[in-house]
Amino acid sequence: MLDSSEGYVTEDGRKIGGVVMEMKNITLRFGGVVAIKDISFDIREGEIRAIIGPNGAGKSSMLNVISGFYVPQEGEVWFHGSKRPQMRPFEVAQQGIARTFQNIALFEGMSVLDNVMTGRLGFMKTNIIQQALWKGKAEAEETENREAVEKIIDFLEIQHIRKTPVSRLPYGLKKRVELARALAAEPKLLLLDEPMAGMNVEEKEDMSRFILDVNDEFGTTIALIEHDMGVVMDLSDRVVVMDYGRKIGDGTPDEVRNNQEVIDAYLGVSHD
Amino acid sequence: MPDQLVFAMEVILNGLMAGVLYALVALGFVLIYKASGIFNYAQGVMALFAAMTLVGIMKGQVPFAHLINATFGTHIHYFGWNVPALLAIILTMAVMVLLAWAVQRFVMRHLVGQEPIILFMATIGLAYLLEGVADLMWGSEIKTLDVGLPQGINLWIDESTFNIFGYGFFIDNLDIVATVIAALLVAALVAFSQYTKQGRAMRAVADDHQAALSVGISLNFIWVMVWSVAGFVALVAGIMWGTKSGVQFSLSLIALKALPVLMLGGFTSIPGAIVGGLIIGVGEKLFEFAIGPMVGGATENWFAYVLALIFLVFRPQGLFGEKIIERV
Repeated sequence: MLDSSEGYVTEDGRKIGGVVMEMKNITLRFGGVVAIKDISFDIREGEIRAIIGPNGAGKSSMLNVISGFYVPQEGEVWFHGSKRPQMRPFEVAQQGIARTFQNIALFEGMSVLDNVMTGRLGFMKTNIIQQALWKGKAEAEETENREAVEKIIDFLEIQHIRKTPVSRLPYGLKKRVELARALAAEPKLLLLDEPMAGMNVEEKEDMSRFILDVNDEFGTTIALIEHDMGVVMDLSDRVVVMDYGRKIGDGTPDEVRNNQEVIDAYLGVSHD
Repeated sequence: MPDQLVFAMEVILNGLMAGVLYALVALGFVLIYKASGIFNYAQGVMALFAAMTLVGIMKGQVPFAHLINATFGTHIHYFGWNVPALLAIILTMAVMVLLAWAVQRFVMRHLVGQEPIILFMATIGLAYLLEGVADLMWGSEIKTLDVGLPQGINLWIDESTFNIFGYGFFIDNLDIVATVIAALLVAALVAFSQYTKQGRAMRAVADDHQAALSVGISLNFIWVMVWSVAGFVALVAGIMWGTKSGVQFSLSLIALKALPVLMLGGFTSIPGAIVGGLIIGVGEKLFEFAIGPMVGGATENWFAYVLALIFLVFRPQGLFGEKIIERV
């Protein structure tokens, strides 16, 4: 099923397309420490792809490689069928890869609306004079971007806090605002770094629902990191399992669940 | 109407005009502080550098003439042409953008994530370096700057106040021009930071670097832009001060006058810089007028700092600064 380059159909009948992003033999070292060791995997259009593993497995490092925050010593990153040259994080973002952070990186001094609007900066094409004078196309463009943002705000059910400064929001809502900002960029690939970390059960359920809805409604390709096994298995179409920087499993949640190496990694087996 | 009151009115008006000039310098500080959290000690020197470059270009001076002559035994000083003021201003602005790029590329980029005090020290170093470079490029003698701004007493105000009060106010045309230009500058800056893509990106970078990167903003570009805008503000301030009192090294000391302005207005507020400048301007003139004679004069030297000190005690965030609330 997974070998087909044409994609596959999930259990719940969603059509998954071709490869959007492919990681080829990625190795990342920090001095003498090997954070990622020769890992390859792909992410397909329209799927929810999870990267899981125990603490320190190298999941976040992998996400940072994809989003350009880390530069791997070896290996290639392929995006939409072409090899990606070395890029800085803002260039990766401009290419259509949006992300959230484990420790939430929001503009604390701005309102929710302004935060989400920053996701639309890449869509502002009128020139600086037009914008400053609020003339001509600038106004129409602003309205257009505003509508797109309002749609996302509605979708994630944060209308009631639109004008609230982000610094006043509780943790769970901040995570949702961060997701909204990433979505506002209409990404080709959305990276979520531990979207459920530090949440209570109710918030986790909400977040899971939003992730599924986003994928369903906008067809967004999503790659997420999580160490809560239960949540991941319910959400994702395919799972990469990492341990000590190596890839120890890759497949559907069921395949991964029955993989002996994965079970050992999570339950703990002495590495002799 | 009693004479004293009429005098006081004239003093207030002149104070407002002087305040505008303080505000112009303070604006440059606020811009960089807002966008990068750096208190740029070199802002005053930037104004001096801009003014010297403008004069040099207008008069067709050969940059680094002294150095070239000393090295090669030549005697060149001038190209032998005069550049029109407007063109010279545009060229000077280009030099300021280049300077902004160099500051970012060779200094600030290597200090990303350092303590504020280290960044502050770096700008002190920058101030003295820039002062030296300015000296080397254009020579250290006092120069006059004339870009064609109207100067001297405004006769219309003089006459009309004479008709009303029987006493003509002395208001300098240059001060009026400075006020108009400052107002335009502030309006432009506000429009820029509120409505343009670059302005929004600037506010985003000021708030959170990581988040800014993740929405596709280049930090380097924004910082070069901010230093360029600060360079532009420095150029405007340099033109005003230079026209008023000649282009000389004491110009860089007006930066110190901007400090109390910032204490009053808050380090992060553009309107604060303006209001702070006006309060200091009026306050120091009025104080000198009313109290000065009783304490032997020269109160203008210290009044602003004492006022800032009082503000620090009662309202440390300034009039318009973001309130600092510590959660315990």
